[in-house]
Amino acid sequence: MKSLMKIENLHAEVGGKEILKGINLNIAPGQVHAIMGPNGSGKSTLSNVLAGRDDYVVTKGSVSFMGENLLEMAPEERAAAGIFLAFQYPLEIPGVATMTFLKTAINAQRKTRGEDELSTPAFMRFVREKSALLGVKDEMLKRPLNVGFSGGEKKRNEILQMALLEPAFCILDETDSGLDIDALKVVSEGVNALRDKERSMLVITHYQRLLDYIVPDFVHVLSNGRVVRSGGKDLALELEKSGYAEYGADAA
Amino acid sequence: MTAKTKTAEQVAGIGVEQYKYGFVTDIETEKAPRGLNEDTIRFISAKKNEPEWMLEWRLDAYRRWLTLEEPTWAKVHYPRIDFQDLYYYSAPKKKGDGPQSLDDVDPELLDTYKKLGIPLREQEILAGVENPTMAVDAVFDSVSVVTTFKENLSRAGVIFCPISEALQSHPELVRKYLGTVVPVTDNFYATLNAAVFSDGSFVYIPEGVHCPMELSTYFRINEQNTGQFERTLIIADKGAYVSYLEGCTAPQRDENQLHAAVVELIVHDDAEIKYSTVQNWYPGDKDGKGGIYNFVTKRADCRGRNSKVSWTQVETGSAITWKYPSCVLRGDNSQGEFYSIAISNGHQQVDSGTKMIHLGKNTKSRIISKGISAGVSSSTYRGLVSAHRKASGARNYTQCDSLLIGDKCSAHTVPYMETRNMSATFEHEATTSKISDDQLFYCRQRGLNEEEAVALIVNGFCKDVLQHLPMEFAVEAQKLVGISLEGSVG
Ligand SMILES: Nc1ncnc2c1ncn2[C@@H]1O[C@H](COP(=O)(O)OP(=O)(O)OP(=O)(O)O)[C@@H](O)[C@H]1O
Ligand SMILES: [Mg+2]
Repeated sequence: MKSLMKIENLHAEVGGKEILKGINLNIAPGQVHAIMGPNGSGKSTLSNVLAGRDDYVVTKGSVSFMGENLLEMAPEERAAAGIFLAFQYPLEIPGVATMTFLKTAINAQRKTRGEDELSTPAFMRFVREKSALLGVKDEMLKRPLNVGFSGGEKKRNEILQMALLEPAFCILDETDSGLDIDALKVVSEGVNALRDKERSMLVITHYQRLLDYIVPDFVHVLSNGRVVRSGGKDLALELEKSGYAEYGADAA
Repeated sequence: MTAKTKTAEQVAGIGVEQYKYGFVTDIETEKAPRGLNEDTIRFISAKKNEPEWMLEWRLDAYRRWLTLEEPTWAKVHYPRIDFQDLYYYSAPKKKGDGPQSLDDVDPELLDTYKKLGIPLREQEILAGVENPTMAVDAVFDSVSVVTTFKENLSRAGVIFCPISEALQSHPELVRKYLGTVVPVTDNFYATLNAAVFSDGSFVYIPEGVHCPMELSTYFRINEQNTGQFERTLIIADKGAYVSYLEGCTAPQRDENQLHAAVVELIVHDDAEIKYSTVQNWYPGDKDGKGGIYNFVTKRADCRGRNSKVSWTQVETGSAITWKYPSCVLRGDNSQGEFYSIAISNGHQQVDSGTKMIHLGKNTKSRIISKGISAGVSSSTYRGLVSAHRKASGARNYTQCDSLLIGDKCSAHTVPYMETRNMSATFEHEATTSKISDDQLFYCRQRGLNEEEAVALIVNGFCKDVLQHLPMEFAVEAQKLVGISLEGSVG
């Protein structure tokens, strides 16, 4: 099978504590994999490790992305190579207009890839198009990044960034939490619009409902730092009924 | 090691080493003998061919200075300055006497300013733009080497020239205003300046005139062991308006160099002065060796009704900054503003702030101070807001924000408030924050490298102040903020 990202026996520590205890995942181009699992099982840790957060230490295992060793790359290099993480808790940057942030990010990535900067008119057109799709208002783009945004607005803004950066690999960490029913639909449509033969996604969620909209190719259950079960989209339905009790035995 | 400490270390390591303006101009100079005594002062005064009253004024200041003690209340530490070990006058050798035209100026000097991004040849400036928007007075060590667009300005009645020249051409104006805002004995450094000041800019905007160009003085200290003591005097007559910019750099040297300036602003009825500074003196190396000691007294006297002054400063350079641009709000309804960004990195020490003295009725003042500290630097905001008995309806709003990068630097806020009038309302807000690992990681995840991330976050932090700078200056300042903190931009 052709692979976009291959995670093998990945172990990682945070603050001296082992959180990921041997993860294996193979994600082919175009596939959507959902990850579910109890609180504290290591889902966000996995996304942070893949995005390259400094204080998350990989102690064993490997991750290859488009045939390259992902673990050797700095976070910004991974971003430029096409890794995008929609944060569970997006950060605020006071005084920096959302629009300015978006432009800085796009151009930083283009620079790293050796491409020309986007001209201001071209950038504006691009932002207008994508923000209309996600129902993000102009007024919000002028406000400082995430400052005073509601929980749902922050999540929407994450997906807007994803749409603009057009990454090869999207990690969505509980993007559905905090979204009202209508917003969930809009955001899911935004995500689905980005699905194509090449682009893969890792969708972390607690709720089957999101997977009704963003239908995954595979569902994995993460418990205590390991993938304890994998299946098709029906696995999510089963989990919704039975919960994680049967995987709890593994918990520390 | 966390991302933050790593970044902080990198930032501390690079910042002060990235000083772009550290080159030395090799030029023949003429100096006063080393040391300070009455003869030094007579030498300076004679060089400038000053009127007798000016010499007396200087000598009086000198005698008073001898009785003063160097102040120690600021939160800055440095070895005692040996005032006898300095040169008090240093000027590039001139070809002849009298005011110089551009053709008389040593090309070496013109190139120096060109390298600093300040073209002085009018043809060159005009070649680039159709309508020049800025006139420049270039001060090199103790003298002004050239002032551009003087003719254009004088057509509008604006006087913009070196203060030494103003003493020849408009002695009555200088005599009327000099020392009326910062009195001779104001403080140790101001008194020293009064005794030995060598040059600086003089600006007079006549009644009702909106100055057609931005005026700018660019200060450069080049010579070793030389103090720069410039004196700037700006008068906005009734209903006049001027925007004035000041920039400064110095070569990279191992010894500390002293800069003790005095700036006096006089604002009459309905007049306005906007004074912006981008101070980028050499800050010293990463071990704290060398750098400028910047002891500056800046004050505005809002004499007239409805007069207005706004000070905007971006302070990124100097080993030590000791500076409190202030406003005396004497006229009824007068307004004072102070917008400041002070960045300290490496071993820099900054003690800066403002004084807003409310004397008139319904006077208003506004203070926004943004301090950014990195490395092992320390930064102090020191401010005084006072309302006197007659200042009914006085209002002040003060906001002091500090941003720390790393955990070896420090920030302090020392606000004083005094009011003798019950109807005065003063508001004060202060915050201290840090750049968090989470914020840095978030930016890096989006593709910015650490330096770009720090620059972006810091520029966001400074936004309220940056927006008060004139357009072209704001762009420069934004870059400078980046360079001072990490050296990646530009
Ligand atoms: N800096 C840290 N030091 C110590 N333990 C940490 C640190 N960061 C995370 N952990 C622990 O790692 C474990 C996994 O956390 P993680 O955030 O990956 O869980 P999660 O699966 O995303 O949970 P949730 O569903 O609640 O978002 C938790 O037990 C958490 O307390
Ligand atoms: Mg999580």
